[in-house]
Amino acid sequence: MGILEFILMSFLVILAIAVVFARDLLAATIVFLVYSLIMAIVFTQLKAPDVALTEAAVGAGITTLLFIITIAKTTRREEE
Amino acid sequence: MTTVVIQTIGRILVPFIQLFGLYVIIHGPVSPGGGFQGGVIVGASMILLALSYDLSSAEARASHKVRIAMDSTGALLFAGIGLVALLAGGFFLEYGIIPLPMAPAEVRGIFILLVGVAIGIHIMALAASLFLHLAEEHEI
Repeated sequence: MGILEFILMSFLVILAIAVVFARDLLAATIVFLVYSLIMAIVFTQLKAPDVALTEAAVGAGITTLLFIITIAKTTRREEE
Repeated sequence: MTTVVIQTIGRILVPFIQLFGLYVIIHGPVSPGGGFQGGVIVGASMILLALSYDLSSAEARASHKVRIAMDSTGALLFAGIGLVALLAGGFFLEYGIIPLPMAPAEVRGIFILLVGVAIGIHIMALAASLFLHLAEEHEI
C-alpha cells in the first residue's frame, strides 16, 4: 500500500467519524460530500473508473443536493 | 437568492455539462461511463439551472410532462431492446443471437450502445425529477 492510499484511507476514517459526530446537519452534509469525493479518488486508484464516475456524480452531486433541500425544509440543528 | 455572477456562470456551464453527459452516454461501450453516469450528469445540469436561476425556469425547460414522457420512453426502450433478443430466439438482453449481417461482437456493441442511450434518457429525467419534486414549495 502506497503512501497516497494510506493518506486517503485515513482521511476517509476521519471524515466518517466527523459525519457521525457533527451537530450541524448542514456541516455533516458538506463533510459527507468531501467523503464522496475522496471515495471517488480511491475508486480511481483501485482502477474502477466506472464506479468513480458514479460516486462523483451521484454521491457528491445528487445526494448532497437532496440532503440540502431536505435540511432547508426541516430544521438545521439536531435536538440536544 | 441568486446574483448575476451565479446566473452567468450557471448559464455558461450548463451546455458544457450536458455535452459532457451526452459524451459519457455515447462512449459508454468503449470508455468509463455509460447510460447511468451520463444520465445523472445531464440531470445534474438541470439541477444547476434550478439552483442558479429558480425552479420555474428549470420547470420551463424540463416540465413535468416532458420528464414523465422521457422517463417512460427510456424504460420502454430498455425493455423493448431487451425483447428484440427474445424475438430472435435468445434470452432477455442476449444480443449476440440477433441475425444481422455483422459479426456478433459488432451486434453486441451496437445494442449495448442502444441500451445505454435508453438508460440515459430514463435517468436524466429521473435525476431532475427527484430534485424538482422535492424542492417544490406546495407539495411534497
